[in-house]
Amino acid sequence: MSRLTDQNVAIAREIVARYPKKKSALIPLVHLSQQQNGYVTEDAMRHVAELIDVTPAEVYGTASFYEMFRFEPTGKYLINICGTMSCALMGADDLMHHAEARLGVKAGSTTDDGLITLQHAECQAACTEAPTLQVNYRHRFRVTPTEFDDLVDDLRAGRLDDEIPPHGTLGRNRQRIPADRAVGAVPPDEVDGAPAWVTIQEDQP
Amino acid sequence: MTAQGSYPWAAGFYDDGDRPQIVTSRFRYEDSHTLERYHATGGYEGLRRALERTPDDVHTEVRNSTLLGRGGAGFPAGVKWGFTPQGVWPRYLVVNGDESEPGTYKDRLLMECDPHQLIEGCLIACYAAGLSRCFLYIRGEMPLAHERVAKALDDAYAHGYIGTNILGTDFSVDIVLHWGAGAYVVGEETALIESLEGERGMPRLKPPYFPAAIGLYGQPTIVNNVETLSNLPFIALNGSAAYTAIGTETSPGTRMIAVSGHVKRPGVYEIVNGSTTFRDLLYGDEFCQGMREGHELKCFVPGGGSAPWFLPDQLDIPFEGRAAGSAGSMLGSGAVMVMDDTTDIPAAALTLVKFYAHESCGKCVPCREGGTWLYRIVERIVAGNGTDADLATIREVGESICPGNMPHAASERLGLEAVPFPYKMTTICFVGPSAYVPIHSAMTLFPEEFEARVTKRAVRTTIPVAAVPVGGD
Repeated sequence: MSRLTDQNVAIAREIVARYPKKKSALIPLVHLSQQQNGYVTEDAMRHVAELIDVTPAEVYGTASFYEMFRFEPTGKYLINICGTMSCALMGADDLMHHAEARLGVKAGSTTDDGLITLQHAECQAACTEAPTLQVNYRHRFRVTPTEFDDLVDDLRAGRLDDEIPPHGTLGRNRQRIPADRAVGAVPPDEVDGAPAWVTIQEDQP
Repeated sequence: MTAQGSYPWAAGFYDDGDRPQIVTSRFRYEDSHTLERYHATGGYEGLRRALERTPDDVHTEVRNSTLLGRGGAGFPAGVKWGFTPQGVWPRYLVVNGDESEPGTYKDRLLMECDPHQLIEGCLIACYAAGLSRCFLYIRGEMPLAHERVAKALDDAYAHGYIGTNILGTDFSVDIVLHWGAGAYVVGEETALIESLEGERGMPRLKPPYFPAAIGLYGQPTIVNNVETLSNLPFIALNGSAAYTAIGTETSPGTRMIAVSGHVKRPGVYEIVNGSTTFRDLLYGDEFCQGMREGHELKCFVPGGGSAPWFLPDQLDIPFEGRAAGSAGSMLGSGAVMVMDDTTDIPAAALTLVKFYAHESCGKCVPCREGGTWLYRIVERIVAGNGTDADLATIREVGESICPGNMPHAASERLGLEAVPFPYKMTTICFVGPSAYVPIHSAMTLFPEEFEARVTKRAVRTTIPVAAVPVGGD
């Protein structure tokens, strides 16, 4: 079952309504499907296509450009170890070697129990706290080999469940625009004239 | 080890010393991201002041402040807002929160620690420039920023700061939080717009696609960086004169910079523009406090992964855009990466070449093919499999991406004069040249490390596998 659930369809419609053109909701909706299923399935892409009036190929065409979308089953925890310059200068290579040995998998693959996927990653915007990694995009700073081992133990024991939601969950809360305050999205060709607060002399030659 | 910094909730950030703070003034509070704290520290007062004036008036105030864009190009924000064509509506604001330049992080902290300041900045920009809808594009790999900004937006809507008839006026605007999904090139403004339209994040050709004229959905669109917008509440509240009183005439105010690598105290600092040299930054007590114990500075990247490298010769250059440019580099997005004498230069350059090759969107051939070539060649040199022909091939590939003189720093040791920034390029955006810049810098400033590495002789690759019969049978 990988089409969006009724509950997620309701969220999806709310998201689509925020954009003057439906296709703008493509990436947020693919995120939503990944949150539901753990990765992006073909059925989910078909469903997203229906919701925004494009073809499934267009959904795949866009989604396949972006690193965060995964098209095959992925561990509950995706560990991304940064290897860009600042982290490399502070020992990212050693950390990756240690991680591969500890998990018994090469970067790019998933542990046998399906729990943890290990990946190389690029700059995670925490360069002063190198080497860094992200678990489901939640940062861990200045990671030592011992700390990596502790992290894996904690993940396996479920001790970090409160802090780190399963792979695919972007934010644990999402924006809700209250109907009574929303201005609403109008397609650009249905807008004529300056917005109400703008002095109109600008429109005169 | 745990993260370092002045406060446990703002990893890597330091505000010791006696520096004026414009955008980081609330980072000292653990609850800096809440509306309660924002209200208690003058929050949304700048918006109230702005709404008492005409939009033109507020626009003039921002133009007078000479607030420069903080995304990398350093263009004055007030002037940018004025580029929208007359009489074309609607106009949009797109906030660039897709921070991913190697070495850079300031926008992430600003979104996590002070989301209301950013929201207030967005509202002031929309009011002044007549922008009727705002899209806040946040890099996908920053879920904490998403959570904090989403909560802040909800609270701001509930308090009447966003939505219809803001604070009882005619001013009405929605701010929509948008999720990125991981692509460095989307930090380029036209690629960001493509991505926001639900497309692959590939840059558009300029001209004609200058966002201010033809942007989101073909409408006039202002794309501003998170840090740029975060300065607006201060300007709206205190006036442009208070802003220009800080910093230099050509670059007023402050900017956030991240210094990482082999220093004692790597960190993110808000510094007054023009007040420091690179030596102050790397060795000053209130900044990085010098190199790791027992080691010397070898070189540093002064402005994010795309910037040509500096040597210790350049330490006394002020941290200021023009000075860095004439010395052969740029300040870019405010990121300094420091390498000490233990650094293997070809291997360090490889990390950046790999990054830009990996992040090429594939639209322009010189970047798509050239970036990958550069990566493969540098990788084999680092692995000890390079040949004496490889160094020339790197320059040849580089020439196809950046024809002509490449900027580089002066070196007393090598007798090199500086070649000033910028360079020519054969690609639409800066991703392609950025793959060549680090390897060009490394080879120019440390030629001996490459020559020592390429010990193999190139062999002809056209040796026939077997004798070919001539003339058939």
